[in-house]
Amino acid sequence: MTLSPARLPAGAGVGFKPQHFDDILDGEQPIAFIEIHAENYMGAGGPPHAHLRKLCERYALSIHGVGLSIGSAAPLDRGHLARVKHLCERYQPASFSEHLAWSSHDGVFLNDLLPLPYTPETRDRVVAHIDLVQTTLGRQMLLENPSTYLIFAESTIPELEFLAEIARRSGCGLLLDVNNVLVSARNHGTDPHDYLAKFPLSQVGEVHLGGHDVQSDDTGAPLLIDSHGSSVAAPVWQLYEQVIARTGPLPTLIEWDNDVPDWPVLVAEARAAADVLDRARRTQAA
Amino acid sequence: MRHPKRAVWSAGQQEFAGALLDAGQPVPAALTSHTARTPTKRFAVYRNNIVFGLISALRTRFPVVERIVGEECFATMARDFVVKHPPLSPLLMFYGDAFAGFIATLAPLAELPYLPDVARLEAARTHAYHAADAAPLDPLALQRLDADALVAARIVLHPSAHVIRSPHPIVTIWAMNSGAAELRPIDGEGPEDALVIRPDAAVSVVKLPPGGAMFLKALASGLGLGRAAAIARDDQADFDLAANLAVLIASGAMAAVHPTHDEVTEP
Repeated sequence: MTLSPARLPAGAGVGFKPQHFDDILDGEQPIAFIEIHAENYMGAGGPPHAHLRKLCERYALSIHGVGLSIGSAAPLDRGHLARVKHLCERYQPASFSEHLAWSSHDGVFLNDLLPLPYTPETRDRVVAHIDLVQTTLGRQMLLENPSTYLIFAESTIPELEFLAEIARRSGCGLLLDVNNVLVSARNHGTDPHDYLAKFPLSQVGEVHLGGHDVQSDDTGAPLLIDSHGSSVAAPVWQLYEQVIARTGPLPTLIEWDNDVPDWPVLVAEARAAADVLDRARRTQAA
Repeated sequence: MRHPKRAVWSAGQQEFAGALLDAGQPVPAALTSHTARTPTKRFAVYRNNIVFGLISALRTRFPVVERIVGEECFATMARDFVVKHPPLSPLLMFYGDAFAGFIATLAPLAELPYLPDVARLEAARTHAYHAADAAPLDPLALQRLDADALVAARIVLHPSAHVIRSPHPIVTIWAMNSGAAELRPIDGEGPEDALVIRPDAAVSVVKLPPGGAMFLKALASGLGLGRAAAIARDDQADFDLAANLAVLIASGAMAAVHPTHDEVTEP
C-alpha cells in the first residue's frame, strides 16, 4: 500500500507548551511548525484540544509519540496504537514520529525511553512493529535515533547499521536527533562525526536539537544526560551546521521540555536554527 | 513478516526491566559501558528518570494534597506509590487514580481522615479537564417546559461532571489550600459533596446543596427529573429542588434536556 510520506516544512519549529499559547498566536511568529507529544492530547476534549485546534489553523503539526514502545520485545499495545490513529485522523499532522526505544514492560509503563540490545532478533521485531504502525496509520512514520547511557553485552549490530537496516526494510523515515548523536557518542567514547558521516541522511524527515546536562559516571568519565532542559550546546550547533551543509534545509525542531523558558528565549533558538537553514539555501542558490 | 504474538524478551532485557523499579536489585550483568564494567551511575540515571518523572506527574495532579502534607512527606508517599503501583498506561495525565485509595492505607496519615477524599476530588479535576466538550444548556430551555413535561424530562449532564461525596468538608478544605478561599480553622464541620465540572475551559469545584449528590446520580442514570427529585428527597429531607436546579444551571452541569411524555398504556 502507499504510505503518505512525512511532509514538514523545511523551517524551524518548536515543541508547543501551553504557557506559550498566547505568545505563539500573537501576530506572525518566526516558526514553521509546532510539535506535540501525542500522549498529552489523548483526552477527549478541554483546553488541550481547544489550543491545538487554534494552533493548527496557523502552523503545520508534528505529532511525536513516546508511548508506543516500538523497541519492545512484546507485541504493540493495540489500544494505544488505536489512540495514535485517532489523534492522527483528528489533526492530519504533517508528520508522525516515535523512538527507537521501549517504555512498557509486562503492562507497566515505565515513563522513560529505554535502550534495547541490537541483535538480528530485535531488529526484525522493530521492523515488524514499524510495519504495523505504518499500515495502521496509513502513513510513513519517522524513527528517532536514541540517546543511550549503557551498552547491552549481547548487542551484535552497531546502532547506525541497525537503524539504517530498519529504515531500508520498513520504508520508515528517520528523525535525526543531533543532540542524541552527541550525547551517545560522548557516553560511549565514540566520535559523533563518524556517526553522522555514515548516517543515511537521505532518509531524514526531521531534525531535533535540544539541550543536555553534563555529569560524570563511576570512573569520572563524562556522562551526558539528555535532559532537554537548556539551550542547544555549541558542539550540537556545529554538528547540525555540518549536516545541513550536506543535505540542504531540513525541518528542524527545538526541543525544550524541562525548565521551559519564556517565549522570547525559545524563539531565539528557533531563529538560530532558521539562520542555519537560510545560509544553506543561499549556498544552494549560489 | 508474521507479527509476533508473544513477548520474547532476552534474559538481558528481562533483567534490565526487572531492576528498574527495584533499587534493591544490583545493576544487571547484561549491561556495561566503555568505562566501568558495572555501570552503576549510568543505570541510576534510568532509575531516577523513571521515579522522578512519575513523582512529578503526581505532584502535578495532586497539588493540594502536597500542600497539606508538605513537600517532603508527599515525596515519600509518592515514591512509595510509584514503586508499588506504577502506571499501566502511557497516558500519564491520568496516572494516580489509585492514589487516594493508597493514601487511605497509610497509618501516619490517619490523623488527616479527609485526605483520601481530597485526593479523589483532585483526581476528578483531571478527568473533568480532559473530558469531552459540550455546550451548557441555555437556562431558558427549562423554563419553556410546562410542569408535566418538566417532571418527566431527562437531563443530559455535561460530560465533564463528576460528583465526589465525603463525610468531611472537602470542598472547603480544597478551596482553602488552592487559594480559592481564605484559610480558617475548620473544626467538626460536616460532610460536603462536590460537583467537579468543566463547562468551558476552566474546571470548577462546586459545593452541592443537601441531596444534590443523590439528585445528580439519579439524573445521570437516566431517570426523569421528578423521579430523581423524589429519590433525593427520600435520602435528604431538606432537599430543595429549586436550589439544586439553580446550582446545576449556574455551574453549566446540564448539557441538554429531553422532554418525554408518559406512555399511554393499553387498557
